[in-house]
Amino acid sequence: MCGIVGLFLKKTEMQSCLGMHLERMLVTMSDRGPDSAGLAIYGVDHPQHHLKLTLQSAAPTEVFPKLEQAIISKFSQPININVIETHAVLQMDQAIAPAVEELLAQEFRGLRMMSRGESVEIYKEVGAPSDVARRFGIAEMSGSHGIGHTRMATESAVTTRGAHPFSTGPDQCLVHNGSLSNHNNLRRDLKRHGVHFETENDTEVAAAYLSHHLASGLTLGDALEGALMDLDGFYTFVFSTRTGFGVLRDPIACKPAVLAETDDYVAFGSEYRALVSLPGIEHATVWEPEPATVYFWEH
Amino acid sequence: MSVFDLQKQSLRELNAALHQHAALLRAGAHADTDWEITNPRGSHAVAVGVDGPLKINIQGSVGYYCGGMNQSGQIHVHGSVGPGVGENMMSGSIRVTGDASQYAGATGRGGMLVIEGNASSRCGISNKGMDIVVRGNVGHMSAFMAQRGTLVVLGDAGDALGDSIYEARLFVRGDVKSLGADCVQKEMRTEHLELLAELLETAGILDVQPAEFNRYGSARKLYHFDIDHADAY
Repeated sequence: MCGIVGLFLKKTEMQSCLGMHLERMLVTMSDRGPDSAGLAIYGVDHPQHHLKLTLQSAAPTEVFPKLEQAIISKFSQPININVIETHAVLQMDQAIAPAVEELLAQEFRGLRMMSRGESVEIYKEVGAPSDVARRFGIAEMSGSHGIGHTRMATESAVTTRGAHPFSTGPDQCLVHNGSLSNHNNLRRDLKRHGVHFETENDTEVAAAYLSHHLASGLTLGDALEGALMDLDGFYTFVFSTRTGFGVLRDPIACKPAVLAETDDYVAFGSEYRALVSLPGIEHATVWEPEPATVYFWEH
Repeated sequence: MSVFDLQKQSLRELNAALHQHAALLRAGAHADTDWEITNPRGSHAVAVGVDGPLKINIQGSVGYYCGGMNQSGQIHVHGSVGPGVGENMMSGSIRVTGDASQYAGATGRGGMLVIEGNASSRCGISNKGMDIVVRGNVGHMSAFMAQRGTLVVLGDAGDALGDSIYEARLFVRGDVKSLGADCVQKEMRTEHLELLAELLETAGILDVQPAEFNRYGSARKLYHFDIDHADAY
């Protein structure tokens, strides 16, 4: 089935509670997907011109210390490494990012890059949503917006990599409820254009499709309109960028979607009950997004 | 009157209590017929399987399948409902003050569902004899494969209304974005105006006239399939 949650804060007051709200929303959706879960948090307390890389390791206690050593020995500039369980967030000046990524590509091939961007951090693992959120201390995180996903795998295996969100471009994230039927074909097509894939997952294809078109110069709106034409299957997508947050449903719109908006936030849930603990929900405008219509909010 | 707070007690306890009291009524014993349910907070399956003339008021919005399989119960949701409200209703009534999500009144066999707000897609899908009245709009593919019963819409209908419809009757007062396969506009005759008047009265809607509605239904070429009609769809 899969469950999706999203929270986009219009003001700064609720930023310190972003993680807490997202965790609660996500855990409410556990019934929709027990396999694995993930969250993307867009932090606000990072310096300008910095890049964050969220890395995941299957052997974190072994590999992350080695990574820290390698970074200390190779780079004189400060590179912040924050290790949380199986993930590590590297933060560095954008200028040295290529060299750091080169190091990762050469000497740390076993590490998986979950996200890359100025503000986003992605945490995803196999396991129940409450466990995943607790392991990464999501409740303590703050930020301007974030999306979360609980998975019931249908098209590909239950693995860490198969969990959502998928990030295939800088600060870009996608979560998906539904399944695509032409993802193999699209993947072949995108590979021909030089796009690289890490999994067999259908959602990764949708994410890569959008990133590819954004990189080609299309606006996000046009990329999403293109997706309506080129993607076959059923989907409720929630995607996020460094500054924005949006929703798209396929034209048949079988997969659920509920939006709630107040002066303080825009919230998304696969089910209304994911939203009931949000402040001011009793007076929020609550509606279901129309099929084949792009909804987007930006800071 | 019994008050049931879903924040303090479980859904299972609620539904078990409703079933128990309906059973008492059927046995001719004393039972609580008036129920007030508070703090539903979007819970699913509230008041499903009610099987007796209980009056149930739900204060707040619910999730999926509220009042599913209702038989003889009178359920009033003072809020909005998720997908599948009144699914497979047999008799009785359900009223929703707010909006309804997808497939409201799916595959119902009897009784009346009134939605005072808007209903989403597939309203009245596979209707088997239920009456559905929507004050607002209905979404796409409403009355899909509807076999019997009626759908009355005071507002507009979305794309593909009545796709593959059998013999259910559709009355729409507003615009129909498009008609589904084998669904056509039909003549409003006296018997239809009378039927519609009765439905509106039962639904407690007194501010519109039957003559303001258009009737839609099956062209009867699809479910009486003839190879000569193959290019009709």
